[in-house]
Amino acid sequence: MYNSSSLIASLTSWLEGTFSPLWAGVFSMVLLGIGILVFYSVLGLYLVYAERKICARMQNRIGPNRVGPMGLLQTVADLIKLLLKELIYIRNADAFLFNVAPFIVIVASIMAIGAIPFGKGLHALDLNIGVLYILAISSMGVIGILVAGWASNNKFSVIGAMRSGAQVISYELSVGLALLCIITYAGSMQLSEIIASQQDGWWIFKGHLPALIAFVIYLIAGTAETNRGPFDLAEAESELTAGFHTEYSGIRFAFFFLAEYMNMFIIASLATTLFLGGWLPFHLFAWEGFNTVMDFIPPVVWFFGKTAFVIYLMMWFKWTFPRLRIDQLLTLEWKYLLPINLMNLLLIAFLTLMKWHF
Amino acid sequence: MALLKDIGTYFEEIYRGVVSLLKGMRVTGGYFLRPGAVVTQQYPENRAELKMFDNFKGELILTHDENNQHSCNACNSCARKCPNGSIEIVSTRVQGEDGRSKRVLVTHTYNLGMCTFCGLCVQACEQHALEFGQEFEHAVFDKSNLTKVLNKPGSTSKATEE
Amino acid sequence: MEEAVIDIDLKEREEYIINMGPQHPSTHGVLRLETCLQGEKVKYIIPHCGYIHRGIEKISEKLTYPQLLHLTDRMDYLSAHINNEAVALCVEKAMEVEVSDRVKYIRTILAELNRIASHQLWWSAFGMDLGALTTFFYGMRDREKIMDIFEETTGSRLIQSFITPGGLMCDIHPNFQKRVKEFIKYFRTKLPEYDDLLTGNVIFHERTKGIGVLSKEDAINYAVTGPSGRASGFHCDIRKIEPYSAYPLVKFNEITFTEGDTYHRYLVRMEEMRESMSIIEQLIDNIPEGAIMLELKAIKAPKGDFYQRAETARGELGVFIVSDGGPSPARIKYRSPNFSNLFVLNKLAAGHKIADLMAISGSLDLVIPDIDR
Repeated sequence: MYNSSSLIASLTSWLEGTFSPLWAGVFSMVLLGIGILVFYSVLGLYLVYAERKICARMQNRIGPNRVGPMGLLQTVADLIKLLLKELIYIRNADAFLFNVAPFIVIVASIMAIGAIPFGKGLHALDLNIGVLYILAISSMGVIGILVAGWASNNKFSVIGAMRSGAQVISYELSVGLALLCIITYAGSMQLSEIIASQQDGWWIFKGHLPALIAFVIYLIAGTAETNRGPFDLAEAESELTAGFHTEYSGIRFAFFFLAEYMNMFIIASLATTLFLGGWLPFHLFAWEGFNTVMDFIPPVVWFFGKTAFVIYLMMWFKWTFPRLRIDQLLTLEWKYLLPINLMNLLLIAFLTLMKWHF
Repeated sequence: MALLKDIGTYFEEIYRGVVSLLKGMRVTGGYFLRPGAVVTQQYPENRAELKMFDNFKGELILTHDENNQHSCNACNSCARKCPNGSIEIVSTRVQGEDGRSKRVLVTHTYNLGMCTFCGLCVQACEQHALEFGQEFEHAVFDKSNLTKVLNKPGSTSKATEE
Repeated sequence: MEEAVIDIDLKEREEYIINMGPQHPSTHGVLRLETCLQGEKVKYIIPHCGYIHRGIEKISEKLTYPQLLHLTDRMDYLSAHINNEAVALCVEKAMEVEVSDRVKYIRTILAELNRIASHQLWWSAFGMDLGALTTFFYGMRDREKIMDIFEETTGSRLIQSFITPGGLMCDIHPNFQKRVKEFIKYFRTKLPEYDDLLTGNVIFHERTKGIGVLSKEDAINYAVTGPSGRASGFHCDIRKIEPYSAYPLVKFNEITFTEGDTYHRYLVRMEEMRESMSIIEQLIDNIPEGAIMLELKAIKAPKGDFYQRAETARGELGVFIVSDGGPSPARIKYRSPNFSNLFVLNKLAAGHKIADLMAISGSLDLVIPDIDR
């Protein structure tokens, strides 16, 4: 019903009509860049606000409610504070690497946002290897963490960075394999094709039990990927060290912090696209009335609603469970998640061959 | 076979672990869905409804009645009982009507910064002149404002000493 | 690991030493733990205490017995009533007077409420150390009810100075019994939630089972009393060995286990909260009438040495008074439970990882001002 691809097409044709092809290309890229950057920062700010409110409600408190109506400007105030802080330079640290590390982390995360489908046609990059591209780009974030820990010239940061690096690299396996399950079902890595294959039902329902197991494993591995929740040993405040970002202050710390929340958003939106149907509305069997009502809600709202649900699940984990120790974390991955994942993949491959899914 | 038993324990452990995690999530999720369970009191806005308990040890005060009279007779018991010298009594002697001199209170100084709220002074006062008040907002910018004179200006004493 | 006569020369030999310094979010108070690490494992720990030494014992030599009570609250401030009770009982033993039954009942009820409050705060901080940040708020929310009970009767929440030699400072408030019964009913519904959230959790089991095992011989040798000692099988509950106040009149169990690891130290405290509630239930309806304060001419201990023990929330507190007949003690010495519990940390944590050090020191439940006095 809503078709954003026609909107995008008309915008592109207006640009090409008004300027020469070269300038039209440049302008469209600049517009896209500005759009993504603004979206990224604003969403990051409000994810932090959402986390503070959700965790407050779980702890019988109110959360921020004084700065701005209902506390909505609280993170803006925090951002201004971080911008005004002194940037501390360390004497014997590798200056170039020290400065470049936050940028690596942020750039990896922004590039991944570009490939996510927010609605029909609202898609910056529709590659035919969409899922692989996103996974590859998020892996670049690990380099930023390791460089940050090394360049700080601080034995605590190195310990934290090594732990974090080991954790992220191990859990990437599980993330990739869990996504591979749905790719097997759908038959393509292109994100728009995967969504198209869910027209008659979301994969989490069509794929019954194996898809559910893959979803749970993906959630666990995804939280571990972003150093969040029960897997945040590398940056925990009540442990011995503050992790790889100990020596960063001001806006550089803000970059790490923002990148962590936006990585959470990327993991959640991948889960939404592959398991929960992306921007498709919720259709129940063939009830025409119900389906038409569902169709009235714009696809963008569906997408953000489902992503918000997955983000809520991730926040729920963080505020309920104690932390895992580093060796228990790695045991969980290598001895539990990976074998189950492989068996699940085998099962799904068999089911797809036999077409024993809905 | 031992292998089957091991596989059985492997899956049983996973099942038990997941169930225990879900139970924990039910507790926090339950509180999330109940906004009535919020216990925060929004402090500066709720000053009107805020009432302390009767016995609350806010700060030490000399009770004055409507005629601006207090009951202190400057016997110095409270200053002697205080473990760290937070009370200082300054008194003079005046000639009474019957020719005998009686002691009269000039200033009853109380250092709020040093007081440990042990209550020995209140217990020691035989005239029941001292009591603990209900005021709890004591923050000041200048430390000398913590030394308070407890008898209000222009007040007289109900008690006399022979 | 060989018994540590810790050689100071070792420090010169290039070892990886870090300070969990006096300012740290997890050591509950100002305590410096000099930790020697080998990779991720702890080799040995040298605790440095004394950052909050205030000279309580020396100051007490110039104060009379009722006056020095306001300092004893501030030693182990989470069991303030029990500290006061120990000193009051010692002075009463010296003067050979006995307080009325009403006073005994009220002292015991206040002490048990204090024990529950202390264990609630311990639970909050322990969960927070392990990473479950919500436990902090749940424990504190429930502890506020006990603080309200204290505030209504005694006037202050944490440091009350309420129990003195000869009786109590003033009588309980008329609402006291009602509030205590309401609290017990409320808290019994919350303890299963605590169990759901932390005790049964598989991650919690992984973090605490088998960590920091203290054997019974070591517990006796290092004089680790209180719940930490009882989890190793050391029967050290003073309320059973030398009952005082109203304890001879109530029936309760002494909770002991034999495994002595972090998980069982946790379980001992959770069960103790339930036992305390049952003790209070046995006493709250039957408080006899009587005098609140004995009519004593002067509070002076006769010449001699007197010793009294009490069971605080953390272990055995001993009060030793050397008196020369005057209104002030010539020397007062406190045997504090946290001082003995601290020095077993080296033995427990050696060989474990840094993350376990947090769990172990949290389960020993140390309050640093009690170590330094």
